[in-house]
Amino acid sequence: MTTTSDPYAGSRETTEGRVYTVTGGDWDATLGADPHENERLVVNMGPQHPSTHGVLRLVLDLEGETVTKARVVIGYLHTGIEKNTEYRNWVQGTTFVTRMDYLAPLFNEAGYCMAVEKLLGIEVPQRAQTVRVLVMELNRIASHLVALATFGMEMGALTGMTNGFREREMVLDLLEEITGLRMNHAYIRPGGLAQDLPEGAVEHIREFLQVMPKRVADFHRLLTGQPIWQRRLKDVGYLDVTGCLALGVTGPILRAAGLPWDLRKVEPYLGYETYDFEVPTADTCDAWGRYLVRMSEVNESLKIIEQALDRLVPGPVMVGDRKIAWPAQLSLGPDGMGNSPEHVAHIMGQSMEALIHHFKLVTEGFRVPAGQVYVPVESPRGELGYHVVSDGSTRPWRVHVRDPSFVNLQATAAMSEGGMIADVIAAIASIDPVMGGVDR
Amino acid sequence: MSNDGGSNVVPGREEAGYDDATAPAGGFRKGAFGVSGSGDTSGFGGLVRVEPGGAVALHSTERPYGGWFDEVTDALAEAVGQATYDAAVHRVLVDRGEITYFVAREHLLTLVRALRDDEALRFELLSSVSGVDYLDSGGPAVTPGRPRLHVVYHLTSMTYRRRIRLEVAVTAEDPHVPSVTATYPTADWHERETFDMFGVVFDGHPGLTRILMPDDWDGHPQRKDYPLGGIPVEYHDATIPPPDTRRAYR
Repeated sequence: MTTTSDPYAGSRETTEGRVYTVTGGDWDATLGADPHENERLVVNMGPQHPSTHGVLRLVLDLEGETVTKARVVIGYLHTGIEKNTEYRNWVQGTTFVTRMDYLAPLFNEAGYCMAVEKLLGIEVPQRAQTVRVLVMELNRIASHLVALATFGMEMGALTGMTNGFREREMVLDLLEEITGLRMNHAYIRPGGLAQDLPEGAVEHIREFLQVMPKRVADFHRLLTGQPIWQRRLKDVGYLDVTGCLALGVTGPILRAAGLPWDLRKVEPYLGYETYDFEVPTADTCDAWGRYLVRMSEVNESLKIIEQALDRLVPGPVMVGDRKIAWPAQLSLGPDGMGNSPEHVAHIMGQSMEALIHHFKLVTEGFRVPAGQVYVPVESPRGELGYHVVSDGSTRPWRVHVRDPSFVNLQATAAMSEGGMIADVIAAIASIDPVMGGVDR
Repeated sequence: MSNDGGSNVVPGREEAGYDDATAPAGGFRKGAFGVSGSGDTSGFGGLVRVEPGGAVALHSTERPYGGWFDEVTDALAEAVGQATYDAAVHRVLVDRGEITYFVAREHLLTLVRALRDDEALRFELLSSVSGVDYLDSGGPAVTPGRPRLHVVYHLTSMTYRRRIRLEVAVTAEDPHVPSVTATYPTADWHERETFDMFGVVFDGHPGLTRILMPDDWDGHPQRKDYPLGGIPVEYHDATIPPPDTRRAYR
């Protein structure tokens, strides 16, 4: 051993042997002098964190409390709904797509059914269109209430959460009365609706219309004027129109950036052009603006519901074509919901054709001419697009859903990088992603 | 309809051996119950899949397309140059009030940049990118090497309130399509999903990884030859096979 020098420690010979003097003082020269360099921290937020809106995972690079990089990892809720629809008939597809964005099930159903109807080249009866508008706007209110409620919860305003969910329950009660289910309704079907509005529903909706404006005002009193709430939201999650368009962001986020882009206005469907309502916008481009836009949209939806109720006239809620229209009229029997006794009597005792149609449609389904369409609707979160391809058979060849949550979630990095870690929560809450729709 | 010799060109009717005389009218099924031949719809006549929608990928529309479709097409041809347009767009289909341009992948990036930036076009928003697998979609279009994987782009012009569709077809053996993320950053996740589900490789994508399936997943689940999975279920002395192997009407 004839080592004469050690690059990291000087040494000298003593009577006890060789002694090293470890200095290590050159670390600064080796690593650079950035005092925050060592504070870089990678944090995995989720997929179970309560404020990540479901199973969303964020990988955050932090320097101190500043987010330098935000990566979003999704897919934890992937259920293969698009693939599954390819193995079911066209009517069954409704039952699948309603489960994607579970806060806006009726928008999924409406978008899917409108795509199938466009492929078929049919138009649904007026009453069915009006009821579709009615239930969709009810659903929009429920969805926005969840967005606002979880927003409150994530910002620490827990009363906002309890209030929001309480109000949403009123809407869910109405939807349960109309469709039979609180969520996953499968109420809108290709060609119309599963069934007409039940007796008493209109009165109950009118009662709701009386109550709800007061509750919205309460919400404003609870949160809007509150200084802490404002300071948590203002200038947080900034994204302007250019950023929105580049990232494909639509819905309240785009409208909070100042662009009044609402498909109900710019590409009207289901007769939305005949309803009188405003498209609320804000020009703040931040979480605060998105909060205000959602609050205003609840009021606009109430206006639309009222108009829809006023124009409800008796009529069919399913197309007249017996080769497309689902034949069974449902009614509530002693053993639950099922085919009405009148319908069973009709097909079993009166009409051979009705029996044939019932049998063919239930076992085989109807055929949809080959082709492809893209049908967008304005869901509470933005453009919900259905790209549906038919090969002419009784099943979809391909159903692709352009889910607004999926696209909007891409803006997370743009909204939160360079900000504080606490503002990441505000930014994501203002996007209002629903992971069922993101992952499908 | 021009053929620029690229491997990704959808074969024309001639190349695919499409015979108008024997082909079913338009390749479309007729009638709500799809009756053909004997008219047997009971299912006991053999549940064979017949002539489904190769038609979707084969038909083309001749000028004039109607409405603003001609305006957009002219503006696009002007923006990229007629020669490039002819080489890039080998088929246009107008169906159900929607226009589809079937695009050669070599020219995709030129087209989308012009579509976004040209003043007469202004397709600011890429609404959606989706894949469609036309494997065994039947009919005359099935020939060896036929591009079965289609990538479908839905573009929205907020300025003019118009929507168009671009479609690029590639084979499963050479599934490469240039990434449009440089023009439309929103395509990032869309393309990752299409890669994940269909195995289309988007060249130039900043980080083409799986997005919905786990990172170590094998195969691309939404391809038509990917098994659906599932196990047979025994029920009252009968066995119900998984959905994709059940006897079914087509």
